[in-house]
Amino acid sequence: MTFQGAIGKKRGMTQVFNDEGSAVPVTVIELLPLTVTQVKTKPTDGYIAVQVGYQDAKAKHLSKPEQGHLKKNKLSLLRHLKEFQVQASEVSQFEVGKTITPEFLTSIERVNVTGRTIGKGFQGRIKLHHFRRGPMSHGSKSHRLPGSIGAGTTPGRVFKGLKMAAHMGDNMRTIENLKVVLVDLESNLLLVQGAVPGKPGATLFIRPRKTLNAKKES
Amino acid sequence: MATDLLKEVEKRYLKQDLPDVKPGDSVKVKIKIKEGNKERTQAYEGVVIKVRGASVNKTITVRRVFQGVGVERVFLIHSPKVESIQILRKGDVRRSKLYYLRERTGKAARIREKINTEAKGKKQGQTAEV
Repeated sequence: MTFQGAIGKKRGMTQVFNDEGSAVPVTVIELLPLTVTQVKTKPTDGYIAVQVGYQDAKAKHLSKPEQGHLKKNKLSLLRHLKEFQVQASEVSQFEVGKTITPEFLTSIERVNVTGRTIGKGFQGRIKLHHFRRGPMSHGSKSHRLPGSIGAGTTPGRVFKGLKMAAHMGDNMRTIENLKVVLVDLESNLLLVQGAVPGKPGATLFIRPRKTLNAKKES
Repeated sequence: MATDLLKEVEKRYLKQDLPDVKPGDSVKVKIKIKEGNKERTQAYEGVVIKVRGASVNKTITVRRVFQGVGVERVFLIHSPKVESIQILRKGDVRRSKLYYLRERTGKAARIREKINTEAKGKKQGQTAEV
């Protein structure tokens, strides 16, 4: 078992041909080089994890504590840090400053991809919750209005969690069970079948799919 | 940069040896067909009435009249399932989409050939005179 995670940038979608010759829709992900910035162990941190950093940064973009955290181990400045859990038996493999290559992808068929969805702004109930709209004509003025939001004196309040207009999108979402179409570690390339959250340039976290799903399938 | 990477990915799947197929051309397309475990090649002949898309998504629509019924097949030309494309005759047409051929079924094959060969012959004759 190697490191079970990768970070990449969405580069866009296209289609490629699989082994059978069929065209499949794929998302092109550029894998980013990861540097181990901290190894968290039970005695020191209470849990086991490996912290990695990615994307070079200028000093002005990082706070003093962030810079200190990296400089402590004589690492170059990295914009973002992210933790991945690892098996207790494998912690010793990881050393601060080492670069991680997402080799696990070559031996894996399906992955989960996490990313931030495209922000849609403040949206009404129709777009956000698939409510129906009111009549557009015959004297109606309730075209896209929310309608009733509850009864009167009893209960005398609006229930919590009522579906109303709100901000839509810009949430972390995980797309599960995406098929790995191509892995090219030399050019840091990963192609997965299907769509992933976000626009081109969005940061994506790639993990092997959970074994729970594997059981369900068989 | 983002689009460059996409192009680079697509490049890996493009065929380099495809002929320059244009609308109006008569072509013979050989397609790989899987039947059970066997794989065989089937040829399909007709006139290209449409060229669409770019890169990996480029398709051609090939029309032929088979047993009195017009048949149009769309081929994803970079697909590995398309074994080869052979241009039998270059057509000389004035538009990029030859949908008007659809209304000319019945005599379509003949008319089409006449239009194409005549136009082609004329052009050649003119250039020869000049």
